[in-house]
Amino acid sequence: MDVLDIARWQFGITTVYHFLMVPLTIGLGILVAVMHTMWVRSGKPEWLRMTRFWGRVYLVNFVLGVATGLVQEFQFGLAWSEYSRFVGDVFGSLLAMEALLAFFLESTFLGLWIFGWGRIPKKLHLAALWAAVVGSIVSAYFIIAANSWMQHPVGVTVGDDGRPLQVDFLAVLTNNTALAAFSHAIVAALVVAGALLVGVGLYQLRRRTLAQRPTTDVDSAVWRRSVRLGGFVSLAAFVLVAVTGDWQGKLMYQQQPLKMSSAEALCETEAPAPFSVFAWGKLGSNECDDVHSYTVPGLLSFLAHSDFSTAVPGVDDLQEEYSEVYGATYPDDPSFGDRAGQAIDYTPVLAVTYWSFRLMIGMGAVSAGVAAYALWSTRRGRVPTSRIGVYGSLLAVGAPFVANATGWIFTEMGRQPFVVYPNPDVPVGEQVYYFTAQAVSPGITAAEVWTSLVSLGLLYGALAVVELFLLVRLVRGGVTTGDTTPTPPAVGGSRRDDGSDDDDPRPGDDRSDDDVLSFAY
Amino acid sequence: MDLQTLWFAAVAVLWTGFLLLEGFDFGVAALLPVLGRRTADRHLMLRTIGPVWDGNEVWLITAAGAVFAAFPGWYATWLPALYLPFVLVLLGLIVRAVAFEWRHSSHDPRWDATWTRVITGGSLVAAAGVGAALGATTLGLPVDGDGTRVGGAFAGLGWSSLLGAAAVVGFSLVHGALFLALKTDGPVRLRARAFALRWSPVAALPLLAWAGLVQLRSGTAVTAVLWLVAALAVVVTWTRVRLDREGQAFAGWATVLLASAAALFGSAFPVVVPSTIDPAFDVTIAQASVSDYTLTVMTWVAAVGLPVVLAYQAWTYWVFRRRLTAEPSHDDAAQVAA
Repeated sequence: MDVLDIARWQFGITTVYHFLMVPLTIGLGILVAVMHTMWVRSGKPEWLRMTRFWGRVYLVNFVLGVATGLVQEFQFGLAWSEYSRFVGDVFGSLLAMEALLAFFLESTFLGLWIFGWGRIPKKLHLAALWAAVVGSIVSAYFIIAANSWMQHPVGVTVGDDGRPLQVDFLAVLTNNTALAAFSHAIVAALVVAGALLVGVGLYQLRRRTLAQRPTTDVDSAVWRRSVRLGGFVSLAAFVLVAVTGDWQGKLMYQQQPLKMSSAEALCETEAPAPFSVFAWGKLGSNECDDVHSYTVPGLLSFLAHSDFSTAVPGVDDLQEEYSEVYGATYPDDPSFGDRAGQAIDYTPVLAVTYWSFRLMIGMGAVSAGVAAYALWSTRRGRVPTSRIGVYGSLLAVGAPFVANATGWIFTEMGRQPFVVYPNPDVPVGEQVYYFTAQAVSPGITAAEVWTSLVSLGLLYGALAVVELFLLVRLVRGGVTTGDTTPTPPAVGGSRRDDGSDDDDPRPGDDRSDDDVLSFAY
Repeated sequence: MDLQTLWFAAVAVLWTGFLLLEGFDFGVAALLPVLGRRTADRHLMLRTIGPVWDGNEVWLITAAGAVFAAFPGWYATWLPALYLPFVLVLLGLIVRAVAFEWRHSSHDPRWDATWTRVITGGSLVAAAGVGAALGATTLGLPVDGDGTRVGGAFAGLGWSSLLGAAAVVGFSLVHGALFLALKTDGPVRLRARAFALRWSPVAALPLLAWAGLVQLRSGTAVTAVLWLVAALAVVVTWTRVRLDREGQAFAGWATVLLASAAALFGSAFPVVVPSTIDPAFDVTIAQASVSDYTLTVMTWVAAVGLPVVLAYQAWTYWVFRRRLTAEPSHDDAAQVAA
């Protein structure tokens, strides 16, 4: 493998890994904030216990998301310096704004929430959590806007040196590609969190039943509410995932037709175009003619254009079209390295696009099915006893993670060989585009990239083991005594509403620290 | 002042802010095995930085993001030239971050001790790595006319990166000790004070040497004065620690950093990456910067966003302003009994 291939693997592995944490952080953050709000409003103990139990799960995962997110920002410069130079006028500012407007908010207020139990007024403490959650959502927006600009560069002209020059920042922020991808990602994050609540809640409910514990006490209410909340959220979010996914798909047919056609292994342009349910043959060879599939007639035309007859361009025709417009071979330029002068394959890896697209949809559907089962089996105070149902739901916690990961793999792999994809709305001569083969840092050695790939890979593997161990232990442990204290004792009468308190330490304060520590640190 | 100069100043402020804030949590973490003799002491030390370390770390992300956003040519020359040190920084920061949150997830003392060691190790590696990268950058990197490093993986590393690493680690250790003296009570406070008294003059040397070298290369009268202020602030810090004035000592040591960072960035301006191959290959802000349009957009965003960030971060420090004391824990009681 040359530097380009190793760097691509490194980017892919670290990004997909990071994106396992992100949806859970966003989705669970929203749900914990809802639980905390319910507790502040109703004062019911089950909401406090839910907030603290799910809050701990949230934090264990949050920190791994933050830690692995650091790598994301730096690797654009480390291994992809020519990319950074090329897109500098647009891309970097979005990352900087994410840090300034979102990341500070998230980290600062999360610290305040973790350590603020009993130390700041109740409503302010709740507001701190919401501020952190809003921070993570805004952060997702800026990152997706940056990514969407690579998929569909808007708001720029070509400068004298061939690089894009930003002319319309609002256009970059309101890129339709970004709006569609962002809404899709946020609702998908809620599916992830909902599935976790359902799986863990059902497991705990069944455990209580087997142990013949009362079904009317507060702990029982914790798990029942978790299942119901998770089930509703997951199911509603799945509907929105489908709606936003459809929107995103239609945009992709306009903006990156090759990505969608290769997701369908549609070789020739067809009208009406069929939707492929299952493909076999030599998908791996990337030779479209060796692929056969079971199809639903006309459905692909409908998905792409909202009617059953319009033509959808096929992979082979598009490959020819792209070769004519963007060249059949890479330019004979040293910046392309070994690839200079070689033929360009505009078709993404068919096996990857085809199956990642199907896995994304299939695993999303699994979550919806589990959510429906959970809501049905817990209706009107019922407790599910089916071993298969409960353990199946627990296992299905993984399904939306797979759906999220494969969704990103599809989006990113599907735009190759471009790192910045040409925007078809712009006349060909004025388009901004950049090949992945040009983007890699020229001076770095394969050994350096291997070092980072191996060291980060090993570390990520080890951290995954610890995180899973911690999560499993938390889940098995259930609600602990630390969660049952209505509120830490230090909220004294001397506190003023503006958040300040008197300077004399009060006798109860140390105990309050203990309680905070048992929560997170 | 044109926008490129303004953003050079903004980048300088962000890097300095990062060193100033994360500096003390690096320092506290690095001093865990030195000042934290009992488990309870170490927990106390960690609690002083618990609510704020994550917010402090965002200064690094914003500083790096601002370099990318305003000077992509700097970013694209700098990071690949120092590929391995930056990877080390990332590894250090990752393990330290997870250790902060995860170490309390079990009551097993070995689990706790392991993750506490990881916090110390990760913080030291990250501080040294950042210092090495900054030192090598201000004192020169082997880059050619295209901004590409020549000479292989270790070509960017040398005495300048060692000096930078020593400067940042040294500053952080004393900064952490002074922070502990300010934030805690009991034996940790006394030990932290003694540490700062003994080591502050030594720890300031690499920082002053670094700023002095850049001053000798390209400094002005203003930066020379700043350098003198930094040197003077070391003396002030030392005398304030001696008089047990912890707040003033902390402010004095912060001045050491602020003045020497201002001298460093001021002397370097307008070069962001000096080339050791040929001064003609130096990367300057004019070559490295984005368009005026993008700089204008970012100026507006920063003008609105930065004061808000500063306000709520300051408020967090206010909320957690109380001095902390260690509660006796079970194993300490057992130690005393033994």
